[in-house]
Amino acid sequence: MEDSFAVEVCDVTKVFPGPAGRPGSEVTAVDHVTLQIRDGEFFSMLGPSGCGKTTTLRMIAGFEHPTEGEIYIHGRPMGLTPPYQRNTNMVFQNYALFPHMTIARNIAFGLEMKKVPRGEIERRVQEALEMVRLAGYGPRRPNQLSGGQQQRIALARALVNRPEVLLLDEPLGALDLKLRKEMQLELKTLQKEVGITFVYVTHDQEEALTMSDRIAVMHQGKVLQVGTPTEIYERPNCRFVADFIGETNFLDGIVREQDGDRVTVVVDEALPLMVQTDRPLERGRQVTVAVRPEKIRLLPQPARGEHNSFPCRVEQMVYVGTDTRFRVRLSDRVVLSVREQNVVSAPSATAYYSEGSGPVYAAWLIEAGRLLLD
Amino acid sequence: MTAATATPKKRTLLDAIRRWPGLQTLVLISPSLFWLTLFFALPLLIVFVCSFLKRGPYGQILWELDFTRLFDPLYLKVFVRQFSLNNYARFFDPLYLKIFVRSFKIAGITTLLCFLLGYPMAYWIATRPARWRNTLLLLIMIPFWTNFLVRTYAWILILRDTGLINNLLLSLGLIHHPLPLFGNDLAIVIGLVYGWFPDMVLPCYAAIERLDFSLVEAAQDLYANEVRSFWRVIFPLTLPGVIAGSMLVFIPSLGAYVTPDLLGGAKSVMIGNVIQSQFLTVRDYPFGSAFSFVLMALMLLATLIYFRTARRTL
Repeated sequence: MEDSFAVEVCDVTKVFPGPAGRPGSEVTAVDHVTLQIRDGEFFSMLGPSGCGKTTTLRMIAGFEHPTEGEIYIHGRPMGLTPPYQRNTNMVFQNYALFPHMTIARNIAFGLEMKKVPRGEIERRVQEALEMVRLAGYGPRRPNQLSGGQQQRIALARALVNRPEVLLLDEPLGALDLKLRKEMQLELKTLQKEVGITFVYVTHDQEEALTMSDRIAVMHQGKVLQVGTPTEIYERPNCRFVADFIGETNFLDGIVREQDGDRVTVVVDEALPLMVQTDRPLERGRQVTVAVRPEKIRLLPQPARGEHNSFPCRVEQMVYVGTDTRFRVRLSDRVVLSVREQNVVSAPSATAYYSEGSGPVYAAWLIEAGRLLLD
Repeated sequence: MTAATATPKKRTLLDAIRRWPGLQTLVLISPSLFWLTLFFALPLLIVFVCSFLKRGPYGQILWELDFTRLFDPLYLKVFVRQFSLNNYARFFDPLYLKIFVRSFKIAGITTLLCFLLGYPMAYWIATRPARWRNTLLLLIMIPFWTNFLVRTYAWILILRDTGLINNLLLSLGLIHHPLPLFGNDLAIVIGLVYGWFPDMVLPCYAAIERLDFSLVEAAQDLYANEVRSFWRVIFPLTLPGVIAGSMLVFIPSLGAYVTPDLLGGAKSVMIGNVIQSQFLTVRDYPFGSAFSFVLMALMLLATLIYFRTARRTL
């Protein structure tokens, strides 16, 4: 076993009986998932609903037990250990604050159950309230607090126990956009402060990119890619990851030739473009080149050097404040979406691209493209 | 006059309601108000007045009221003197107090047993898949479509010395003398628990069904095992249902008279039987009325306590 993993999910499968309970209607929610979550890292599981991320989290918490495989927390196999015997705490999607208790009693609950001396409970509850900047809210009831405040209390209630791992199940899902952005940064800062391993489940790719040290992208019960936000965004390993995270242009083509780490792919039988890869590829193989819209530039003349550069026609132009979005056509079947930052004030910058105002070339650095094999 | 040129509008009730929204409330509640006044408040008032009067030698109520002489001081003295608290004082006769205490005991045990049997049942039903729940609730209620009297008679056949249970145990040789299941407090409790069981299950079910089970998960996540998460989270949050159910069981059990009459035998008399016999056998209407009012006052007290607790827990 390597240095210290806070959580290890080893080849875990979870099968739920189907709604009718009949044999054959079972649902495989998690399909041979293996994850290694390092001590003290902010780890996100990202994927669309039904991808198995929440089930995986619930298995780490002990609410569900793996059908196959094993989960280790700091090297200890969890087996069928119930949640109350695990040193993990969860922040629930709907916060799950006890409505019949005051805020202070809510936060004290875990400590009371662990039979911590009363004086220490009081002190730690106060500390926890200060940590989430809600000191003085102790005597109130959960329903007297706003959504964002309830969220922070839920966080305090979990962190006050100093768990080995904090599990967060889409905790910001119910908040409005502005508050969500604030809480993202706050959570990230808090995680750095307390140094506890966070396992965070979300379907919001931006949230995952903003906060995580590493992200696992999940789809249909499987883990597709695990990596840092940069790796996931810049070097997606499959079409689903490239598509789910951010916006991407997919160019399907055929390998013509390979020269070291450079491959020439012919798209739509007429557009030869260069892309980098570290794998040997046979001629004639069907591949996809993914290019992010913001990596493509529109120029009045062909780009020289390390660029792919094709003449194109601007079909659509949408001004969205920070940048302008274009739809440009390279050939009958190839349309790219392009984003350009409005470095110069928009009207003068975009005037050039208006219909019939001269030739336009779409260009991107060879290393900006990403070769996908599926 | 300009008003003459406008088309004269017919004033209808609907127009009036639009003008005074409060009138709508009055119109809507007036039938029930009328019903309650005529058949509830008025009889209650009669019983109340009666509870302060005296019984005549033939069981009639001695009642003096002549409006024409109401201002005659001499008559007024007679009028006022006919009222007394004697009937209420009689209530403290050890004989009646004993019946009172026993009734409370029986009703209390009944309520407790209903809770112990009904709550787990309600919990089990509420945690079944949604499509099963209504069927299961229906199964609870089906027996209660049969007349209460018939079902109570059925219990006689089951519990008496030559009844189903005793015959079975005797024929199996497990006992040599019939168990005393009938004609005592035990029989009454069995009959009452059976009779009011759904009244406990339904409010408990409603409370448990509304419970957010992620709170239970939260409790277990915070190191509370199954027992502690029940007492710290599930039970307090479903307490209003338990209290409502307890009221629905306790109040009719306390005032029960059919069940003790049929199952209890001569020695096991409850408040309901005393009241019934005062009205129908002894024909002491004033004392029966006073007894009814004491019972009502106690139930009212219990209800007030319920609302107090409910407000505190919610």
